[in-house]
Amino acid sequence: MKDRSKFRTDQISNENGVELYRSMFRIRRFEETVLNEFSSGHFYGTTHTYLGQEANAVGVLSNIESGDIVVSNHRSHGHFLAYGGDMRELFAELMGKPSGVCGGRGGSQHLHWNNFYSNGVLGGTAPIATGMALAESFKDSNSITISFLGDGALGEGILYESFNMASLWNAPILFVLENNRIAQTTPIELNLAGNIVDRFSAFDIHSQELDTSDVLLIQSKSHQAISIIRETRKPQAIILNTYRFGPHSKGDDTRPEEALTKLRETRDPLLLQAERLNERKKEQVEKEVNLEVSHAFQQALSEPEPSGFRSD
Amino acid sequence: MNSDERVYVIGEDILDPYGGAFKVTQGLSTAFPERTITTPVSEAGIIGIATGMALRGLRPVIEIMFGDFLTLGADQVINHLTKFRYMYNDRVCVPLVIRTPMGGRRGYGPTHSQTLEKIFIGSPGLRVLAPSTLIDPGELLIKAILMDDDPVLFIENKIMYSRMVQNKDEWNDFKITSIVRESKSITKEEKKTDLELLTDDYAPAIHLTIRDAPAPSVTIATYGHMADLCRMAVLELAYEHEIFVDIVVFTQLSPFWINPILDSVNLTNKLLVVEEGTKTLGWGAEIIARITEIMGPELRSAARLAAKDLPIPASIPLEEMVLPGVDDIIRSIKKMV
Repeated sequence: MKDRSKFRTDQISNENGVELYRSMFRIRRFEETVLNEFSSGHFYGTTHTYLGQEANAVGVLSNIESGDIVVSNHRSHGHFLAYGGDMRELFAELMGKPSGVCGGRGGSQHLHWNNFYSNGVLGGTAPIATGMALAESFKDSNSITISFLGDGALGEGILYESFNMASLWNAPILFVLENNRIAQTTPIELNLAGNIVDRFSAFDIHSQELDTSDVLLIQSKSHQAISIIRETRKPQAIILNTYRFGPHSKGDDTRPEEALTKLRETRDPLLLQAERLNERKKEQVEKEVNLEVSHAFQQALSEPEPSGFRSD
Repeated sequence: MNSDERVYVIGEDILDPYGGAFKVTQGLSTAFPERTITTPVSEAGIIGIATGMALRGLRPVIEIMFGDFLTLGADQVINHLTKFRYMYNDRVCVPLVIRTPMGGRRGYGPTHSQTLEKIFIGSPGLRVLAPSTLIDPGELLIKAILMDDDPVLFIENKIMYSRMVQNKDEWNDFKITSIVRESKSITKEEKKTDLELLTDDYAPAIHLTIRDAPAPSVTIATYGHMADLCRMAVLELAYEHEIFVDIVVFTQLSPFWINPILDSVNLTNKLLVVEEGTKTLGWGAEIIARITEIMGPELRSAARLAAKDLPIPASIPLEEMVLPGVDDIIRSIKKMV
């Protein structure tokens, strides 16, 4: 939530680059741990990991200020960690523990901390995020709202009701459309007619479209959009064409392994950002994060299970 | 809206001079132009937007023009606004009210006449209120808007828009008791681990018993506009047939609370439930199930009177055949005694 958008000197620029890498690496290691440990029975239910999409949340959310609101979807871990949510509490939440973000009641897809909210029904969060943005406007606060949506949500009609009202009533909101080109197992070619930009322009919402894994580019383009929203108090959209390296949830990836390997080689936001860092600095960050993730996981694991409901 | 700047009214066609399809919001847009918002025809969207506003500290009131259209916003009600407080571990509240007219007898046909609250009354985290003419609906609505920190679905039977609130002092025929659940006054800290949401009630059930009459032989449980029809039937039964019947009129349908009818049914051991919604798997079935659990073999007779399990036809004579009326109530009671 720090304002890391103004990198005027090399030093600040370097620091920004390292912190962006750290933030992405934290998400990467967190998600890998979740997938690896699911089979050991420590986590409940299901999960949707953010592997491969880390630059989106980290780039966009590096621009927000305290008081800004983030509304996330079923694939929420990356958004939550990039927002500044506590990693140990997120592990504990996935383990169903009282020490979790929502006391184990919400689980992977239903998180709330500070001004961060997520829910697991596709598209259903769009009007809620719009309403939050409007409420802040009615209260004369300067907060803006960031609404993360995936390409799968483009099939939900309520999205278009929300775009219409966000534009009609000048909601200070940024719709971040993460297009990973696959909805669970269905490729976008089989479920989407027309194009995504037109969906926003039909409602007079200006959008930018990026096809990149470069966190710096996402950071600077979303900074532009967010600055415009702060100034005009009107909605904007950013379409981030991206790739999901992991399965939709767990072990349900129907894509050929070779295609995934190629994506990991060519579109990994961490590899791209790592190339810009001093090798020693990069190793130091990775070591620190590995330690942090393993501590957070172990600590969450050692925390007590729910002891039952209070009875009257 | 005068007393609390956080109150916003949102709905379709609610601006003056029209003032809403049933004129309930008339005058609001003139008095509070910035807080009266007319919307596109987007029931799901406006319920979601109001939910976002409520999560950020406002107290929105939504008008859904016909209760039949609530189904368009069902996902927002069931998967969103009623979930947030619990699944976010009681760290948020969603203080909003959805007002909507239900009910038939106006010839509006299959998609504008239904009584659909049965779909929502089993949804945890939602208070469902249905005023009758025995209480002041405005007073109840004000409480729901200003005092309730949780979501409320406020069911207005559309036939009641043209009726006057009854002056109970003028009712010489009935002894009237108001039954309110006492607040448990649990602290916020305790609520965090409590399974039961929405424990503080403010919607009274009204117990009507014929004054200076022999002991009643049947108890009727009902709500909404059916309470008026039950009252007419009960007076006729008393004067024409010397059959004396108690009526308990519920105002709060959910969270469910059986206690208001216990005293009366313990006396009569016979229970008739009367509702305008369809009969199968409805509110009345729950009432009878609960009473059966509590009374066991002491309950001698129970019956349901409700709409037939059919869509509501547009033709008024056909509609009358589908919906329960005064004669049906009288017939049902006579069968039970």
